[in-house]
Formats: sequence, C-alpha cells, structure tokens
Amino acid sequence: MRAESPGPQHEWLDADAGPVVRPYTLTGGRVRPPVDGFDLLAFVLTTPAAEPAGAPGLQPEHRRLVELARRPKAVADLAADLDLAVGVVRVLLGDLLAHGFVAVHRPPATAYLPDDNILKAVVSGLRAL
Amino acid sequence: MDSVRYDREPAASRVPLALKILIAGGFGAGKTTLVSALSEVRPLQTEEVLTGAGLGTDDVSGVEQKSTTTVAMDFGRITINDDLQVYLFGTPGQDRFWFLWDELAFGALGAVVLADTRRLADCFPSIDYFEQRGVPFVVGVNCFEGSRRFGLEAVRDALDLDPDVPLVLCDARDRQSGKLVLISLVEHVARQRGEPVPVG
Repeated sequence: MRAESPGPQHEWLDADAGPVVRPYTLTGGRVRPPVDGFDLLAFVLTTPAAEPAGAPGLQPEHRRLVELARRPKAVADLAADLDLAVGVVRVLLGDLLAHGFVAVHRPPATAYLPDDNILKAVVSGLRAL
Repeated sequence: MDSVRYDREPAASRVPLALKILIAGGFGAGKTTLVSALSEVRPLQTEEVLTGAGLGTDDVSGVEQKSTTTVAMDFGRITINDDLQVYLFGTPGQDRFWFLWDELAFGALGAVVLADTRRLADCFPSIDYFEQRGVPFVVGVNCFEGSRRFGLEAVRDALDLDPDVPLVLCDARDRQSGKLVLISLVEHVARQRGEPVPVG
C-alpha cells in the first residue's frame, strides 16, 4: 500500500490518522459489498461444494478466505489473519457469497442478552484463564 | 442458533457463540495493555472513506477519487470453550473516530472504561457514550506507578457514576487483575438482566 498525498486538506488527516491509503485496489474500487450482514462477529463458513480454483475473477485473497473459513471464522478474525482492512474483507466475502462459496451466520440482534447459564460459563471460563 | 447445532454436524463446523466486550478509555489509559494481558492481541484495520457524502450502499461510482483513512484497533479473543468465545475490541482513542464506535457497540455485551486518575476527564466521553446507548459498563481505575491513589468514592464522585455501575481498581498489565475487571462486567450484565433492555 502506498501513501498518497491527502489532496485537499482534511481535518482528519494528520500523523495520528495514519497514512492515507487506497486499500480498495484489491476490490477494484468497490467499497461496499453487494449485501449487508458481515458484522465484525458474523461467522463465515466455506460451503462444502466451494471450488474457487475454477472461478473467474477471484484473486488469491478470495482463495485464502475460502481456505481460512473451512472452519467457522469471524469476519474480524479473517481481517486480522489476512492483515487486510475490514471493509476490504467485507467486499471480498460478498463476492464469495455471490458465488455460493461461503455461508454467513449473523450474530444475534442488538437487544439480545445471553442467558444466565452462558454468563456463568463466561465467568467460570475467565476465572480459569 | 439452533439452526447451526444439528447433532450430525461435526464439531469443527459448529458456529460458536461470540460475545463482544469493548475496552474504552482515553488515550494512554491502558487499553492496549489490558487487551494484551488477557489475550493474544492483533491489530485490526478498519477504515473509513473520507468523502462519504453521496456514497450510497450501491453507489460505487467515482470511488477511485476518494481517500480512506485507516484506523488500527486492538483486537483480542478469549476462548472459553469450543462453543463460546469472548472478543475484545479496544476502541479508537481519538474523538474523531466516534463513527467507528456505533459498529463496535452494536450487539456488545458490555464495555470496560479504563480511567487514569491523572487524566480522569479523558474517560468522560466513553462513559457518556455507553450511558446514552444503554450499553452496560464498568469502570476500571488503572493504577499506574506514580499515579495518585484516590479513594474509590472520590473517583466515583468525580465521574458522577450511577451507584450501580461497578468501579474497580486494576492494574492493566496484570492478567489476574484484568480478569477480575471482565468478571465484574459480566456479573454486572447478569444483574441487569431483570431490567428492561434499552431499545436501540
């Protein structure tokens, strides 16, 4: 990734903001996936029939995602594993979803609270760390 | 979640339940230290298109003209068991990255606000945010070497905390201490269960 001149002065741009980059080169400039639902903690699972090797238009990063998601992986984990920005990974996952290569399991809705048994399991799990 | 828990499904393909906990606080309050004391920490890059105006969900025209800024967040994961994982997200410290908080707060179990008694006011925005959104939180007073030791009640008064919000002393470098902060949060969430869940 190459640092770019910020162009017109923007109030957010300084050393703290990090380099101004073009991470969306990988996605051909697309910044939004065609579908929503790739929450940071949505889990992605490669479908059994996925054969990305023969699919046109897929990049090495697509194929790495397919490999990583042979076991369920959270979107945030995939982004960290690939060292790619979350938004880029979302677009790539949208491509894979369109091909039917992955399934997405969305996390529970906003007002969801896990039941007491789950909270107790978390507390005892934390104590055991 | 029942749909992903068929008996015949091999354990390797079961989708775990993932709980999200945010680690917030002012710049330098110890967020990174706490996340790394509790879990393997990895940077997670997120980014925002700076010229967002007119960029609808499906509108990708002219993207090549736009710049993005990359923000790295601290990201950790604690595996409780095969079916249950706790994800920690260190919130971006600078105020101008508030737009990232809404996504982070979405569906979060709760938050830890780290307070540094040398700069107590730095954690006010985090406390305001979680109060307004109805996100359960606890305040961890990070005891830095050389920081003045205040009484917990003095800190509670200074932060104008509701009486039911737990306030605990901690050392963000220490795993045991960090665990106790997270446990106090989960117990706080459990206590709130009987109360109406804020919409929103």
